[in-house]
Parts: sequence; structure tokens; C-alpha cells
Amino acid sequence: MPLNIEKIRADIPILKEENAGKPLVYLDSANTTQKPQSVIQATHDYYTRYNANVHRSVYQLAEKATLLYENARDKVKDFIHAKNRNEIVFVKGTTEGINLVAHCLGRATFQPGDEILISQMEHHSNIVPWQIVCQQTGAVLKVVPITDEGELDMVAYASMLNDKTRLVSIIHASNALGTINPVEEIIQLAHAKNIPVLLDGAQSIAHTSIDVQALDCDFFIFSSHKMYGPTGVGVLYGKSQYLESFPPYQGGGDMIKQVSFEKTTYADLPYRFEAGTQNIAGVVGLGAALDYLNDIGMENIHHHEQALLHYATERFRQVEGLRIIGTAKHKVAVISFVMEGVHPHDIGTILDSCGVAVRVGHHCAMPLMERFKLPATVRASFGLYNIQAEVDILIASLAKVRDWFGHV
Amino acid sequence: MSDLTELYQALIIDHGRHPRNFCVSDHANCVLEGFNPLCGDRLTLYVTEKNNVIEGITFKGEGCAISMASASMMTEALSGKTVAEAQEIFKLFHEMVTEDSDKDFEALLGKLSALSGVTKYPARVKCATLSWHTLVAALAHSDKPVSTE
Repeated sequence: MPLNIEKIRADIPILKEENAGKPLVYLDSANTTQKPQSVIQATHDYYTRYNANVHRSVYQLAEKATLLYENARDKVKDFIHAKNRNEIVFVKGTTEGINLVAHCLGRATFQPGDEILISQMEHHSNIVPWQIVCQQTGAVLKVVPITDEGELDMVAYASMLNDKTRLVSIIHASNALGTINPVEEIIQLAHAKNIPVLLDGAQSIAHTSIDVQALDCDFFIFSSHKMYGPTGVGVLYGKSQYLESFPPYQGGGDMIKQVSFEKTTYADLPYRFEAGTQNIAGVVGLGAALDYLNDIGMENIHHHEQALLHYATERFRQVEGLRIIGTAKHKVAVISFVMEGVHPHDIGTILDSCGVAVRVGHHCAMPLMERFKLPATVRASFGLYNIQAEVDILIASLAKVRDWFGHV
Repeated sequence: MSDLTELYQALIIDHGRHPRNFCVSDHANCVLEGFNPLCGDRLTLYVTEKNNVIEGITFKGEGCAISMASASMMTEALSGKTVAEAQEIFKLFHEMVTEDSDKDFEALLGKLSALSGVTKYPARVKCATLSWHTLVAALAHSDKPVSTE
């Protein structure tokens, strides 16, 4: 079903704002998405009407707050089709989720010579935590190469799985290239050798329907702020068999059963991993974002964005001296590009003056930039609220780049 | 004049596309790398300094128009200056691109004042100052690469 785009755009207050004195053309949703009024209202309502600390008070206001917080957990469970609500752990964001697994699985159990398999297109958040684990345990980081199109080299991947591999940690969709990795096949091949798989879902969660049970991934991690929810909240989904075996991540309040100076016993899942007062308002806002996405329908969002990606790709191909970086067959609505003779930073500044917000730089994927021998790219990324007319403004603004910097 | 016109003056575009003194120098006695991790700008400065006088500066590297132009214009402006003079010019330059000052930078800095438009673009200040920070460290005979972060 086509999206009711006028209604959606009216739902997002910030789209009425200006950027550099021009109507805002927001093409940076892979960085962070804009928020619907219902999400803003939910966090506002929480602080206005329900604010109390969760899980620890007897009065009714706190009961309401706890209910809102735990309802959001159920909504997340349903949204990603998890089996149990206790497999849903609230964290700060994707980065913290990956660090949690790195700490509790990697640092706690990996031995010298064990191998951790990642890919050449990872975000720094799925590189650095594992490097730290390697430094601490003597494990070795192995990197699956990618092709010139920006697709994972699956032959290399299959050959790199071996008896020493303890974890495959792979980006589901690339933030810098848009590539959607063949995660079903990745997981099947790893599971055939009893290797668990972690998926960094930061860039896939808002663009396609996720079913963690059908995928059979062992961990799936994502951020609220990239799926129309508030910043400062993320989700770690982990199969309970793994989470049960994990040592504590952070110690503190709410993650314990009983504390004495001699011995402490820890709370059950998922609370064992939620020490201290969590970002309750953020979690409630995430719940509202899930309601919003469910109302529109992930399939409808997927079709809308894919149509936009196709349209934008065709328009980009006609721009003189422009090269798209990342031409995988399956992509989320992300287009990275460079223009001959003009540095991405200068392109970003010119686009900014036209009201167009894009990301320029290395996209927290320096090794990937190195792979393509580029210092940086310009990245236009689309969300459910973007329209073809905004692609047209972007293309017209690129002509302005040429006016300033001359033709190739 | 719009902010953009002020930022990308013809002189900047020209120096950005055709940087001056853009080569490796074999006889330089202070060589240092500067790096802006945020945008990937990277350059190496080759400074020939004798008896506290900068005899010449060359550079190699890659970056945006602002960082290339700033480095290129710096090599021209500081050639023949004493180290103390160079440091004084850097102070003024830094003030020009970071502060809302009413000083007459055109009179004080000459051609370098073409970069004054950067002040309206806080995100671009690091592009304009990378070569300068690298120079100051090179003159102090630092061997540690300079990073703007």
C-alpha cells in the first residue's frame, strides 16, 4: 500500500523547519531519523504525567511508569518477533549493545588464538569493541573482504569460518554503502559450525521487517534513534541460552536479587543487564515509535524507500563526474557518492546552503574508506518521510556545486 | 555578500584547486603530519627553518578546498618570516576564523583574510586551521603527528 506521505510529513514537526534559510531537505536518516509528534508526545507525557522510577516503588504512579516501560519491552519483542520478552535488554544504543556482548561473551570466554569474524564494511562500533577483546584475551580479529560493488565476499567468508571461530559479528545493512548483507546465508554457514552470529541491525531495523527467530541470529542489536525514536536508547536481543550464561555487565541497583557484603546474587533476565535507572522516557518514546511504524507497516515503508532509492540512483547516474560508492544488488535507501574534483566536505557545505542535510566524511567506517581509497564520501540517506521532490532538490543542488567548483 | 560567497572566494577556490608550494622538500628540517580525523583531511608539512627564520614551507596531502587553500596560502604568507612572527600571524589567523572580532584582518593579514568567511561555519574551522596547528607543532620540533580531535 502506498504511504500517505502528506500525513506522514505532517506528523514530523521538524520537517517544517528551515536549514540555512531554505526549507529543510533532510537526507541524513542513516545518521539519525526525525521524530513523529507521537514519539515526542509520549516522552513529554511520560515526564508530565507518569514520571517515577521503575521496578522499586509501591505507589501507583510508579506502577504506571513500570507498566509503560515494560509494555515497551513487549512491543520490541513483537516488533522483532522474539520468542521471549526476557531476551530484550534495553541499552544506550547499538554501540553499548555490541560492547555488552564483547564484554560478557568475548572478554569472559575467548582464549588466545580464538577468532572473531567481522567484515570490511563494519562501523567502528563493530570493530573497536572486538579489538579491545583481542587485546585482553589474545583472540584474533579476522576481516572478511568485500567486492568493488560493496558486497561481502561470500566465498572468502565461507572459507574463513573454522574451528577457532568463536563469533561472527556482521553489519546487517551498511551505513556507508547501503549494502544489505545476505544474513540468512551468513547465519546458516556459521551455525553449521556451531558459531554464534551477532547482527548489527542499526541500519536495517527501520527499513525492513525483522524476524529474529526466522533469521535464527543469536544477537540482534539496534538503536532507537535510527528508527524514529528518542536518542539514548537501544536494544540488545540475545537468545536466552546466551544471555543466561553471561556474567554481569555492569553492577548496581536493579540488577540484583540479594546483596550482602559477602555475596550478591543477580536478577533474572533481562534485568541482570539493566543496572541503574534506565532511560525510561526514552524507552517509552521507543514504544511510541514502534506503534508508529506498525501503523504504517514495515512492508509499506520498505516499498516506499526502495522506490525512492531506485529513483535517486537513476537521477544520480545522470550527474556528470559523480560516482556512486556501493552498488550492491540489495541496498537500503543509502547512496554514498563522490564527485570528481570536489571534496565531500565542500559538497556538504554547498548542499547545506540549499537546505539539504547530508552526511559527509568517513561515516565511522575508516577501514571501508581505505578499501575504496577514498578519504570521505557524501551520503544521502532516506527515511519513510522523504519524497522524490527532495531528490530533485538534491540533484539541482549538485549542479550548484559545479557552478562553484567548475566542471571536470 | 552571502555566507557561501564569503567562504568560497575566488582566491580560495584557486588555491584549493591549484595549491602553491605543493611538493615534498628534501632539505626541510621540520617535517610533520597533520590529520583531521573528522573529515579525513591529511597533510604533511616540510618546513625549512634556519636561525629562527622560516626560509620556506612546502606541503603535500589531500583535503577539502578550505584546508588545501589555507595550507597553500600559509606557505606563501610565512616564507621569510621569523618563528616569532609566524606565531603572531597564527594567533591573528586563529582569532579571525574563530571569533567575532571587529579587527581589520585585511590590513593585518593581507591575502590570508580571504579565509575570514570560515568564521560563519564552525564545522569548517578545523579545515582552515589544520595546516597552522601542524606548523606550530613542527616549529616546536614535535615528532608527534597533529590531530584536530
